Amino acid sequence: MAEQDRDLRLEDLTKRFGDFVAVRDLSLTVPNGSFFALLGPSGCGKTTTLRMVAGLEDPTLGRVLIGDQDITRLRPYKRPVNTVFQSYALFPHLTIFENVAFGLRRRGVTDYKQKTLDMIELVQLAPYASRKPSQLSGGQQQRVALARALINEPGVLLLDEPLGALDLKLRRQMQIELKRIQTEIDVTFVHVTHDQEEAMTMADTIAVMNHGVIEQMGAPGELYENPVTTFVANFLGQSNLIMTDVVDTAGSDVVVDCHGQKLGVVATRSHAAGRNAWLGIRPEKIYAGTSGDPDHVGSNVLTGGRITDVSFVGVSTQYLVAMPWGQELMVFEQNTGRRSLFRNGDEVDLSWSPSHAFLLDADQDAHAGMMSPEDRE
Amino acid sequence: MTAGEVSPLPVEPGAAVDGETAKRRGWGWLLLVPGMLYLAVFFVFPTIQLILTSLYDPSGSFEQGYTLTWHVANYGDAIKSTWHLFVRSFEYAGIATVICLLLSYPLAYAIAFKAGRWKNFLLVLVIAPFFTSFLLRTLAWRTILSDQGPVTSLLQTLHILSSDGRLLATPVAVIAGLVYNFMPFMTLPLYASLDKVDYRLVEAAGDLYASPFTGFRKIVFPLAIPGVVSGTLLTFIPACGDYINAELLGTPKQYMVGNRIQSAFLTEHNYPLAASLSLILMAVVVLMVVIYVRRVGTEELV
Repeated sequence: MAEQDRDLRLEDLTKRFGDFVAVRDLSLTVPNGSFFALLGPSGCGKTTTLRMVAGLEDPTLGRVLIGDQDITRLRPYKRPVNTVFQSYALFPHLTIFENVAFGLRRRGVTDYKQKTLDMIELVQLAPYASRKPSQLSGGQQQRVALARALINEPGVLLLDEPLGALDLKLRRQMQIELKRIQTEIDVTFVHVTHDQEEAMTMADTIAVMNHGVIEQMGAPGELYENPVTTFVANFLGQSNLIMTDVVDTAGSDVVVDCHGQKLGVVATRSHAAGRNAWLGIRPEKIYAGTSGDPDHVGSNVLTGGRITDVSFVGVSTQYLVAMPWGQELMVFEQNTGRRSLFRNGDEVDLSWSPSHAFLLDADQDAHAGMMSPEDRE
Repeated sequence: MTAGEVSPLPVEPGAAVDGETAKRRGWGWLLLVPGMLYLAVFFVFPTIQLILTSLYDPSGSFEQGYTLTWHVANYGDAIKSTWHLFVRSFEYAGIATVICLLLSYPLAYAIAFKAGRWKNFLLVLVIAPFFTSFLLRTLAWRTILSDQGPVTSLLQTLHILSSDGRLLATPVAVIAGLVYNFMPFMTLPLYASLDKVDYRLVEAAGDLYASPFTGFRKIVFPLAIPGVVSGTLLTFIPACGDYINAELLGTPKQYMVGNRIQSAFLTEHNYPLAASLSLILMAVVVLMVVIYVRRVGTEELV
């Protein structure tokens, strides 16, 4: 095994099913040993991409490489890649031990017994080794699926919505567990999910996919703080998007006109080319102050807001603020207890730092990527 | 075979049963009543009658009538005079079952995994022979295998058969008839079992370094064992008792137990012999089935 370069590379990968293009011209590099997430709504092509890496789907065009080895046309059972399937796909007629040992035995590893027991130990299932999968809980089955794939020391481990079937609490636990195991054994993980929180918690790098293409790729913080499309702005967390006219792009701050009020956005955070642009600002970045109060942190101020809804959610309070032009903006405030809550009808001014806002191309749908958790499935 | 599926909710003694559940269980039993009544009239009663008949005094005759003398020796006499027919029956049925399995497995596999939108059409083709009578179809085989027929001529041309060799009136013809007539009973349960195998397991096996053949051997085949068991039983059991194929495609040299039972009942009117032969056949088949199912391991079947 050439240790120096085991990066997974996808080059101009395209997959068509009849007239439908599931994945379009996708190129990316997953560095060896990293935790990479493909994030997107159902039907965005993320699972198809994963299946092409696993060899379960043949690409229409393009190449899949691990290091220098072209594995595009290699049969699945000849690839140094293992998969944790969404349904786990545990063999129901075999015991946990036999399930985990399956890959080693197929490759003729002679000391598979000890290795299997060690792996079962690692995922803390030693007492269950002789049971059948149906006798285990969902979380335990999930760990068997993980052990069964990891024991083969794959160049790349593919995880297809591995936590989808677990309840919320167990999912949180497994997220931490997965991250721990990945750090310990230093294997490249490629994780497909529709759950943005899951992707942000675990991955070093996230590629947000939509309609078969990658909308944006980067570290979780980078994607969240500086999204380049409305889809990313809405799919990862929530954003307020306000239509503005671009006034001045010469300085270090781009100046926009928002319904008569001038606002600045740091130039590196502007991803708009035209005369109009969506100004984006995350709800928790906005400070709501009593109208006319000069105590504003940043230079960006929108005046004339009126509180129309107050939702107390414990750690924070979520306000809806109606602006003079009719749009309602979301504002989240930490419940530090330092000041009293606003009430419906209170007049407020909103302010934020120019380094927190972002500008997006006006051609895009402001609602792209905005969906309820059920729609994401 | 299906008793396990049909049996109602087991009533555990001492289990706390609330009123609602108790009511539902009562209804469950009621659903069994029509079937039970039918079986009582057309199965239990005739079986008892058959057992009694097998114990009649063999010196009686159709004209003078029989008397029930609990003549157990009927069984010994029956075995002594016809044991070679039993051996032949199990041999023919066994060979036919194996051939059915070998022919049906690829067929059922193809229908389950490879047929795509042709699936239902192919299934209809499998059962299509049932639209014509069993007797007619077997008679057709006489023509197919006849001495001047195409199959015989072809085999003679290829020197697989000698120039005066024949197919009709040989064990080959009888077994071929059995295979043909019972193949749907093998194919359908096999298909049902294979179709239930989750294809994602096959993908998972491939992902874990199993070649397609190994994946089949380690995953698909073991999971579809229930289909093999029910298919072989559904083929072997009726084939053992069959007499039409031997009658129409064979000669007395190829006769099976069924032929002897048929002639004892309908031609010789030797009811005690016929009844004891029937019961022996039944007992031996049940015994073989029990051993077979035990060997294959019933827990794996569910």
